[in-house]
Amino acid sequence: MKVTVDKDMCIGAGQCVVTAPDVFDQDDDGFVEVLNENPGEGDAEAVRDAAHVCPARVITVEE
Amino acid sequence: MTTTEVSEQAQTSYPMARECPYSPPAELGRLQADEPITRARIWDGSTPWLLTRYADVRSVLADPRFSSDPYRDGYPTVAASRKIRQDRQRPSFIFMDDPDHARLRKMLIGEFTVRRIETLRPLIEQTVTELLDAMEAGPRETDLVQAFALPLPSLVICHLLGVPYADHAFFQEQSHALLDLTSGEEKVVAALDALQGYLDELAEAKRKNPTDDLISRLGARVNAGELEISEVSAMAFLLLVAGHETTANMIGLGTLTLLHHPDQAALVRDGDTATVRSAVEELLRVLTVTHVGRRRVALEDVEVDGTLIRAGEGVILAAEAANRDPEKYSHPDDLDITRGTNQHVAFGFGIHQCLGQPLARIELQIAYPALLQRFPDLRVTVPDSEIRFREEMAVYGVHELPVAF
Repeated sequence: MKVTVDKDMCIGAGQCVVTAPDVFDQDDDGFVEVLNENPGEGDAEAVRDAAHVCPARVITVEE
Repeated sequence: MTTTEVSEQAQTSYPMARECPYSPPAELGRLQADEPITRARIWDGSTPWLLTRYADVRSVLADPRFSSDPYRDGYPTVAASRKIRQDRQRPSFIFMDDPDHARLRKMLIGEFTVRRIETLRPLIEQTVTELLDAMEAGPRETDLVQAFALPLPSLVICHLLGVPYADHAFFQEQSHALLDLTSGEEKVVAALDALQGYLDELAEAKRKNPTDDLISRLGARVNAGELEISEVSAMAFLLLVAGHETTANMIGLGTLTLLHHPDQAALVRDGDTATVRSAVEELLRVLTVTHVGRRRVALEDVEVDGTLIRAGEGVILAAEAANRDPEKYSHPDDLDITRGTNQHVAFGFGIHQCLGQPLARIELQIAYPALLQRFPDLRVTVPDSEIRFREEMAVYGVHELPVAF
């Protein structure tokens, strides 16, 4: 699984951090940061959820 | 058939009255099944589109071809009171499109990161403890809204913004008048002017003499030439009003709902962190206290699931119905706090999704279990028929919640 984000379009809702805290974080200005671009199977469902709930749809997941 | 003819025939009026105080109007469920994209007549006689399905609501909320600017022709306002407010109030970024919206929102998102809000946990826990102590020291019967549900978010948002809590009676009153959809022009104008004037003075004072709070930090941006002082005041206005009654009503109505489901309340009282988080998401889903729909106007012709919505036509996105869509949720009307998903649209969706959601979540995650643990015998002292539900307010909930403990 590979995770990429479009940081420029991030609106800092923080849904990804709530949903998959091991994979996503926010910088001090509130924008998304990917902690682990290649999460393992254990995080896969949470990452898919995070992509789904991202209100600005800036998370892309390649399986 | 032209769209005009369709609109003449709109049989549905929105919003509708509820049959059950804990569920959106049944008519929304019928529309969702039979006419998921339909016309509805609103207070001013206009007939915007009404969308009720989860998938459609999310798709339009995330679509930049729909505008959030209420000054555009065709934008469907909630009520006459809101129209008056829009005509007079300096708009906050929730009523703007990008790039204006993005410019202003981005100045605030660092204030509401999950990590930043987490640093407020001790303050929120302490505030909860003090409010519950005060309840325990007082009469064994009280109004939970005044004793707990309202002061908690009020104290927290005042702290965050740097608004003196001593003035809370004043701005709670103005906030209430503005969210009352039945408020007449005089009342709306008076509340707007009072609150706007108050925040103008506060923003200016903090710009000159900053303290450690959000309004002061925005004031520094004014001094740096990045922001107008009137924009600071408008942001403070939005956050103060939004921070007050949304969470307060989730606490009031959520507690009432839990008390009607003792098995679920027990899970919240005794549950671990994950259970409590899940409970909060489920209560947000089923209650959807911002219950009069998100509103947009189409900037160009857009086809939504086979229906053509033309440029200039208004759209109401009924999040309260979307969150009960059986295509999305099995047994959508059941409160099941083990459901374990935060995919609801109670905070909206798209670029305008609620900025304060990390704060709302943490307040609710602390408030519900603390209340139920402190008062295991907490009970409502009146039947539902004697409870005044807030149908006429922009934020749904209960006006009072008489409890004993």
